[in-house]
Amino acid sequence: MAVTFMLNGKSQTVEVDPQMPLLWVLRDTLNLTGTKFGCGMALCGACTVHINGEAARSCITPISAVAGKKITTIEGLSADGSHPVQQAWMEEDVPQCGYCQSGQIMSAVALLSKKPKPTDADIDDFMNGNICRCGTYQRIRKAIHRAADLQTGKAKSA
Amino acid sequence: MTTSPSLDRRAFLKTGTAAGAGLLVGFHLPAFASSAEDQEKKSPNPLNAWVHITPDNHVSLILGKSEMGQGIMTALPMILAEELSLDWSKVKIEQAPTNPAIYDHGTGGSGSIAGSWLPLRRAGAAAREMLISAAAQRWNVNRDTCVAKDGGVLHGARKNFLTYGELAEDAAKQPIPDFKTVPLKNSDDFTIVGHDKRRYEGATKATGKAVFGIDARMPGMQYAVIARCPVFGGKVKSFDAAKAKAVPGVKDVIAIDPVPEGAFTAGGVAVLADNSWAAMQGRKALEITWEEGPHAAESTEWLHNQFVENAGKTGKIVRNDGDADAALAGAAKKVEAIYEFPFAAHATMEPMNCTVHIRPDGAEAWVPTQAPQWAQDIIVGISGLPRDKVIVNTTLMGGGFGRRYMGDFVMEAAQIAKVTGKPVQVLWTREDDMQHDFYRPSSYHKMAGAVDAQGNLAAWKHFQTSTSIDAMWSKDGEAHAENSEFATALFIPYATPNYRVEYTLAKSGVPRAWWRSVEHSTSGFIVECFVDELAAAAGADPYDFRLKLIGDDRKIPDFSNPKEGKPLDTARLKGVLKLAKEKSDWGRPLPKGVGRGIAAYYSFESYTAAVAEVSVKNGAVKVLKLCYAVDCGRPINPDGIRAQVESAAIYGLSASLHDAITIKDGRVEQSNFNNYQMPRIADTPKTEVHVVMSKEEPTGIGEPGLPVVTASVCNAIYSLTKKRIRRLPIRKEDLA
Repeated sequence: MAVTFMLNGKSQTVEVDPQMPLLWVLRDTLNLTGTKFGCGMALCGACTVHINGEAARSCITPISAVAGKKITTIEGLSADGSHPVQQAWMEEDVPQCGYCQSGQIMSAVALLSKKPKPTDADIDDFMNGNICRCGTYQRIRKAIHRAADLQTGKAKSA
Repeated sequence: MTTSPSLDRRAFLKTGTAAGAGLLVGFHLPAFASSAEDQEKKSPNPLNAWVHITPDNHVSLILGKSEMGQGIMTALPMILAEELSLDWSKVKIEQAPTNPAIYDHGTGGSGSIAGSWLPLRRAGAAAREMLISAAAQRWNVNRDTCVAKDGGVLHGARKNFLTYGELAEDAAKQPIPDFKTVPLKNSDDFTIVGHDKRRYEGATKATGKAVFGIDARMPGMQYAVIARCPVFGGKVKSFDAAKAKAVPGVKDVIAIDPVPEGAFTAGGVAVLADNSWAAMQGRKALEITWEEGPHAAESTEWLHNQFVENAGKTGKIVRNDGDADAALAGAAKKVEAIYEFPFAAHATMEPMNCTVHIRPDGAEAWVPTQAPQWAQDIIVGISGLPRDKVIVNTTLMGGGFGRRYMGDFVMEAAQIAKVTGKPVQVLWTREDDMQHDFYRPSSYHKMAGAVDAQGNLAAWKHFQTSTSIDAMWSKDGEAHAENSEFATALFIPYATPNYRVEYTLAKSGVPRAWWRSVEHSTSGFIVECFVDELAAAAGADPYDFRLKLIGDDRKIPDFSNPKEGKPLDTARLKGVLKLAKEKSDWGRPLPKGVGRGIAAYYSFESYTAAVAEVSVKNGAVKVLKLCYAVDCGRPINPDGIRAQVESAAIYGLSASLHDAITIKDGRVEQSNFNNYQMPRIADTPKTEVHVVMSKEEPTGIGEPGLPVVTASVCNAIYSLTKKRIRRLPIRKEDLA
């Protein structure tokens, strides 16, 4: 069955099992490996993408459910890492192993789209679905505040 | 590489092959290199092995170790760059090809910086000297008038300057200086080492471009998932693949034999498909009957009963100074306590995986591994190919924590690749990863201690029974099972004339290996919580008590590793203890409902101390603050050090605040992050890390942050509630 959707600004059609989760369509069918597999049960957030601008866990989203929708993956945030959240992530030297960070960043971008100046409690609530085994949480929090400043023009990239 | 009769961290392992023929493999984890070891390997040309310079002056530094988030992809090349006086902002870094004749690849034991510091300085210095010689020849001047600077060589008198790029070809032909005597840069002149540097590969990790093992792709690659017996030691009795083969996308179903030694694989039935998901669906459709094997009755309760029974008898004496029993019998203030720890899972964010292609003429693999030399050995063993035809590409990895030092996931992929002749990626689901781990051992400790009338430590007695790591690997390991279980608990910094340590091995079919900080994860907790209990019994402040018992500046020999262990320098331990106390404002009155605790410990040749502030509400602990002081010798990348301590703190808390790995019917009960919960951003304390800007030899920091975190938290819980936590994870009922 053919499923057509917008992927990072371009139209994409795939012919796969309609039940195949978006995560595996991205990683295996389309070779976009920036979105990661961590648990397969929407418990860890590593697979986070945007569907119509909302954060979604692609590991439990069947491809049939995204027909006609707009998908953004980590690869689609910017061509060159210039998205303010990515900039903040690099300034604060957030990643360690880095495996969870695509998901963390996608969640953070979605948070900031809803709350341009999030409080620590907002960050706790929204980011609690993203596990980091390397424990970069303190830097994630700092980077989200930094990104908020960059996005609202309160600060320039370092 | 030679075999060794005794097993320790520098252990020699038998990989085994599907045919059962053994292949003896050595792996070497130097915590520090001696010059004798350096010279064993003939010094390779540093302008080939360590630094690649193109004619148009692009410089690449070579990384021989594995980057798993601990930051050595940045820190190790910083050492090379310093000796070469490079512009760090222009440097590129490349992963070394797997070649154990040149590189000491094994990455673990927080040993990379300590083991590489001198060798890399020498290699960088040798390359520099060769470049200077080439320049001096080109200008026909005395080489003493030339200096390496700004990525080139400058000849002072006539202000000639040639870039390394212009000199590289000639330099590579120069005689290689003697590494033992090559002049090293004066540390007063360091401009790179000792300065905060951003992670080199940070941008790739913020853009999804970083390639992890699971991201490897080869043309024609198949994806495989393996059905393994959920009971440890069990195997396939029979299976029917008909339904699995009917699942769309499934290409093949192959049985693979278990490899019960060395690689310790479970074997099982592999489903191969043209995408990961189809392979998983195919596996669900397999019909398998298992022969559950000898461990089918094992459970956490059974293990606990074994522990209790063992603790009722005298164990093997590991240390016995004075007469602890007599001192305890006569003690005015005596404390007895039992501590217990469950198995812990690594739970790397990226599950285990390996990608291998075995062809008749050669093999190539993409492996997220901490031991590429062992991965290569395994593929050599399975394929029968000569080593120089087996290319092992070490990828980035989503966490290592010791799990990726193992050979099981490589063996499985190699076994399948050998059968199919096609590239295959074996990937593990989260459930596979959680249930077929090599766990941090479970252990049980009976402590007894006494304080005399002067407030000194009159006796310290430590009985441990555990599912020893070493016992799993060989009969000799079993005979010396205690070697992997104590570490600093065998040479505590608290002076006492009566010090007795005993050990009894507990039997278990559950696989065990190195989990971040290994035996320090339990020893750190035991030593720092029990000394805290003694402080309370003595009515003393926990900080003052430790300082008093540590006593004068002295060097305490490493009783756990007499041949190679570096002694515990009490001056440095007191240094971090004092620094943590100061920076945490130890004496300041705390708000109601907040408790404070301290812990200080020596591990991996480094010194760490932490002060924790916690609150306890409705049976839930919240760690509010962590204030760390760390001394890992001369810092290479101070911000990298801070990041590692922040990391180890969260990792340590993961085994303390939430779930344990429990065993029932010979299998792990937990399966995913719903029943083996992880700390999340809301659980994160405000963490400060103060790095001692030491001039001592650099030592490790990937693990040392861990042993003090839970102890400081539990000591803080005690200060608030007067409840001692003696078993982990912390349970609600233990706080009530």
